[in-house]
Amino acid sequence: MRLNDLSRGASAIIDHIEDREPGDPVALRLRELGFVPGEPVRVVAVAPFGGDPLAVKIGFTRFALRRAEAARVLLRDAA
Amino acid sequence: MDAVVRERTLRAALVGNPNCGKTALFNQLTGSRQKVANYAGVTVERKEGRLTTASGLAVRLLDLPGAYSLNATSPDEAVTRDVCAGRYRGEAAPDLLICVLDATNLRLHLRFALDVRQLGRPMIVVINMIDAARQQGLEIDIARLQADLGVPVVTAIAVRRGGASEVLAALDHPLPPPPPVLPPDADFHAVVRKLLQDAVSRPATASEAFEERLDRWVLHPVWGMAILIALMFLMFQAVFSWAQPLMDGVQALVDQFGELVRGVLPDGVLQGLLVDGVIAGAGTVVVFLPQILILFLWILTLEESGYLPRAAFLLDRLMASAGLSGRSFIPLLSSFACAVPGIMATRTIQNPRDRLVTILIAPLMTCSARLPIYTLLIAAFIPRKTVWGIFNLQGVVLFALYIAGIVSAMAVARILKRGERASEHPLLLELPAYRAPGLRDLALGLWQRASTFLSRVGTIIVTLSVLLWALSSFPAAPAGATGPAIDYSLAGHIGRWMLPIFAPIGFNWQICVALIPGLAAREVAVSALATVYAVGASEADAAAQLTPLLSSQWSIGTALSLLAWYVFAPQCFSTLAVIRRETGTWKVVIIAAAYLFGLAYAASFITWRIALAFGGGPS
Repeated sequence: MRLNDLSRGASAIIDHIEDREPGDPVALRLRELGFVPGEPVRVVAVAPFGGDPLAVKIGFTRFALRRAEAARVLLRDAA
Repeated sequence: MDAVVRERTLRAALVGNPNCGKTALFNQLTGSRQKVANYAGVTVERKEGRLTTASGLAVRLLDLPGAYSLNATSPDEAVTRDVCAGRYRGEAAPDLLICVLDATNLRLHLRFALDVRQLGRPMIVVINMIDAARQQGLEIDIARLQADLGVPVVTAIAVRRGGASEVLAALDHPLPPPPPVLPPDADFHAVVRKLLQDAVSRPATASEAFEERLDRWVLHPVWGMAILIALMFLMFQAVFSWAQPLMDGVQALVDQFGELVRGVLPDGVLQGLLVDGVIAGAGTVVVFLPQILILFLWILTLEESGYLPRAAFLLDRLMASAGLSGRSFIPLLSSFACAVPGIMATRTIQNPRDRLVTILIAPLMTCSARLPIYTLLIAAFIPRKTVWGIFNLQGVVLFALYIAGIVSAMAVARILKRGERASEHPLLLELPAYRAPGLRDLALGLWQRASTFLSRVGTIIVTLSVLLWALSSFPAAPAGATGPAIDYSLAGHIGRWMLPIFAPIGFNWQICVALIPGLAAREVAVSALATVYAVGASEADAAAQLTPLLSSQWSIGTALSLLAWYVFAPQCFSTLAVIRRETGTWKVVIIAAAYLFGLAYAASFITWRIALAFGGGPS
């Protein structure tokens, strides 16, 4: 499952971040912002007009991500 | 060594994540002793201030742009990276880096501090907003953090008077030795986790729940949009109804001052130059100020309170359909009042290409200065009749003019952004904690924007209005002349010379002549038409007398063509001057002017041809 599949209010644990291309700058930035394995993440809101972007909470911080960005975040299967 | 350091000025630079309260700390430390300019070669804002510590040490403090990482992804971050590393050309390497962290967001901000520490340059860490952390029940063991990080750590409350005293005291200490660095392949997140475990105790918090409750409304697809629309409505109310009396007041003052000077000086060239050139030119600049200040007060408040990124979140999809991101919305909305503050507000857009496209389409938003022309032409040519049962045809035409601007802006944005798909640029927008904006920070922000506008834009406009005055006054009308003086001037000649170009779109020579002084500001075209037709003096007066005159002399085709012209034409020096100032290059100004003239000409041509086909030409 990926972060863009998560519905509003749901949380999960990050498994890893996928590079779309070697040295994918978006994936690198996601990691720098704290999207790292083992970190819990939660979808706090979805935008109007088609549910893109998402607002997610990670650590103490909230970020708005477009779905294409969120799709790089792979989640651990719920135990 | 210590004595040597003390004898010269200390160069320090503030670095930190966006939203760490760095600029508030900068304002607190330097007060009004700030200089705002651009870094050489780029349009990134460079803020430097001066301060003196208790021991008399002079400090030059640089407020570097906020960055999440030294792996830069925007021009702002590249400047921060290069200045910190001492690599920026023309910028001396800072002696001391002051890394500012938000105490309530240490997990993210400590990672950046580690990034900065890797540079191996003398640095101190400031844990800002320590009061908010305490309120949340967060306890930070500063001594432990300092020992673990290997750099001096102090706390601050940047928004409170005297809240930066520890930082000031730290500046008086000798420079700290270069900090320890991690091996390059170290897992920074693991290090941060360890630091937090050692030095921070974090109970479950109540204020976070408050933020989340607020966000549940503010980010809600329906309620969030309702809040956004209400805020925007209030903003427009403020700009149009509160600024108008102030603008009228300023205009009256400028007029009075002009009359005073006219009374004191003898008739002649000097009087004309001062009154109609310099004072009138400066007047058009100053009259915009109330509107610009109110708009900026709104934008700054929205920015400082943390609302602006949330508006961008709500509107991202809508703006994405034009190839832009949610961040472009507020600048474009402001441009409905006036493109000048709208273009200045594009500084909140980090992606350089998005920013450029937003600047280029901002003039297509129907600004308030176009209303006098629209009102005059609609009143003269569009019958006041009811269509589809409830709408007034005049209102429908006005609405259509606004829509024409928006639709063409979207189309232009799409064309400009075409072929850009290959390199995806992410949104990745932080939604920071809500904060009450500090009065000092608002006041300083307003002051900086107002002075930029007056000094940089003002000088260009005054110069050009003197030029326009000269064109419309020389040569003077010969003795015994019957027509209006402008008819005999260079502007009159140019107007007639322009006629072959503008006749194919239905303009007569009077319009061509009026277009020239109308370049200073769009609404001036009304009084220029009045001058050409030799009626009325004041603007309101002129409109009243022009209405019947125009409807009897012009064909409907000419009027519609002129309306279409005004939707697009870049007839506003202030806008072109602010584009020059914000992009730092004349190339963009020329591109903007050329494409807007092209669009204006095409739209008027099509309008005129269609009108002719339907019998709307001269009878």
